[in-house]
Amino acid sequence: MTFSPALEEKFARILTIYPPGRQRSAVVPMLLYAQDEIGHVSQEVIDEIAHRVGIAPMQVDEVIGYYSMLHRKPLGKYHVQVCTNICCLLVGGQSLLEHASKTLGIGNKQVTADGLFSLEEVECMGACSWAPAIQVNYDFHHKVTPERLDRLIEDIRKAQGTKQVS
Amino acid sequence: MIYNEPSPLEVKVISQRFTLPNSAAIDTYLATDGYLAVKKALGMTPEAIIDEMKASNLRGRGGAGFPTGMKWSFVPRKTDKPRYIICNSDESEPGTCKDRLLMENDPHQLLEGMMIAGWTVGSNKGYVFIRGEYRYLIDIVDRAIAEAYERGFLGKNVFGSGWDFDIYTHTGAGAYECGEESALLESLEGKRGIPRLKPPFPAVVGAWQSPTLLNNCETFSAVPAILRMGGPAYAELGTPKNGGTRLFCISGHVNKPGVYELPLGFNLLRMIDEVCGGMRNGKKLKAVIPGGSSSPVLKAQECDVPMDFDSMAKLKTMAGSGGVVVLDEDTDIVQLAMRTMKFYQHESCGWCIPCREGTTWLKKILDRFHEGDGRSEDIPLIGELARNMLGRTFCALGDAAAMPTIGFIEKFRDEFEAHLLKTQDPQSPELIVL
Ligand SMILES: Cc1cc2nc3c(=O)[nH]c(=O)nc-3n(C[C@H](O)[C@H](O)[C@H](O)COP(=O)(O)O)c2cc1C
Ligand code: FES
Repeated sequence: MTFSPALEEKFARILTIYPPGRQRSAVVPMLLYAQDEIGHVSQEVIDEIAHRVGIAPMQVDEVIGYYSMLHRKPLGKYHVQVCTNICCLLVGGQSLLEHASKTLGIGNKQVTADGLFSLEEVECMGACSWAPAIQVNYDFHHKVTPERLDRLIEDIRKAQGTKQVS
Repeated sequence: MIYNEPSPLEVKVISQRFTLPNSAAIDTYLATDGYLAVKKALGMTPEAIIDEMKASNLRGRGGAGFPTGMKWSFVPRKTDKPRYIICNSDESEPGTCKDRLLMENDPHQLLEGMMIAGWTVGSNKGYVFIRGEYRYLIDIVDRAIAEAYERGFLGKNVFGSGWDFDIYTHTGAGAYECGEESALLESLEGKRGIPRLKPPFPAVVGAWQSPTLLNNCETFSAVPAILRMGGPAYAELGTPKNGGTRLFCISGHVNKPGVYELPLGFNLLRMIDEVCGGMRNGKKLKAVIPGGSSSPVLKAQECDVPMDFDSMAKLKTMAGSGGVVVLDEDTDIVQLAMRTMKFYQHESCGWCIPCREGTTWLKKILDRFHEGDGRSEDIPLIGELARNMLGRTFCALGDAAAMPTIGFIEKFRDEFEAHLLKTQDPQSPELIVL
């Protein structure tokens, strides 16, 4: 299998940055970057990356099981991650998660039927002083209120709607 | 970008560029003393640099507060093996959000610090290990690295010294444990992030079996300023044995939570009242978690204290990663203890039994207790389980889970008892959960 030209270029570079014979070191970055492009870590991706770094697919699978950001199943196009760790909890992180669940109509680690959103309760994301915090894909949102969350979701839905029409 | 208003009480050494326009650009850095320190270092012997680092009293900002100069001196320089410089930007300790600002606003400062470390220990390669959630920072640091290569500051023959140095970024993919230095090395090598048995320490046997100098992102970021102003002047900013300034990440129930650069030894109550504008909604202070979620809680009456490594150790807690979590009188300590344990249980790598089982049992008990199915024996049991984990695990994650739990249960036993009374239904049969 091949990836987009930009990703292929990135992979070619990544494979050169570790000491000779240590290409296995590239496995976590490659998996994450591949997931960003494809949406999840499919069996095809596992086989391909295993081949490129020179280890068995099972060894790649073992690595995937360890890392919370690597997913074997497709996420929503917009992955909403709500932190409920202590600093966020103190200022409404838990109710924000419950609110997100209601607004999206899905529970933790579920995907909406249209595949547009998924929801995940996550641990501290490094935004504690600007809590409660969420990440939508890789974008941080600080001091999120339920109203702001709704607006954010609405905006994504609208933008998606227009795209589908045009 | 900065995410909170600065405070006039700040002493800006490593955050001095944060508010400049285009602060991450190499030209901004060069216009503000950038890359002067590495040029100076290249004219110094490794011994002289290490002496300067020792004189600075800089202590590791990753959590343990280990003296940086001493750590640098442990890396063997007379060896044929390659040596590696690794920056720990995994930043996952709940309460901590400072490395993010350092990479976002001043990536060249970090690169320069790593270069100085590289020259000192005779390394030719450095890696910045960045947590996966910080994707935008990987892009920013990559751009800074590319700029440094374009100017000839990285790569072959750095500043005409005959010494070569490369820096690369490497992404994590979601795992608190990968912030622990030996687990980080496993992750860097493309494996599950499981800790290694120590000794040998990474300084001697680290990445790819070679000597490795590993410091936190903020630690490296302080190095250029130390070389510019001199170790003793940097040390002067802080308290004895606790040199310089650090980024305190203040969160919780204050009016102006934020990341502020303050000298070590800054009084904790002043931090809350004067830097952060006091308690939110005029509430009273109940307690503070002073150094990230692993550090045992301080009660309000213990908070009139200088924030440095030794003062925190005297109070049997830790200055840790600089994450200061402020709790007001309405805070539910039982819930906080439960949520804290839920985190460690989730993040325990499962490699060693006391940590894997200990965090799981504690989470189950605390969860049940918080839900209202607690029993009076649970309170001593929680303390006993936690104490039995201390010092018995492969890495310090077990301690990180046990210490705050012991703190909560010892200092707020009355709240656990009150919670039990409030939630106990005398009619309900005893539950057997374990
Ligand atoms: C469970 C665990 C998690 C850790 N997470 C981090 C982290 O996210 N960032 C960090 O710099 N150090 C972390 N540390 C500390 C590192 O092991 C190491 O001591 C530190 O990076 C050394 O750098 P320093 O001497 O500059 O502080 C963690 C330690 C443990 C036990
Ligand atoms: S606790 Fe939520 S971002 Fe740190």
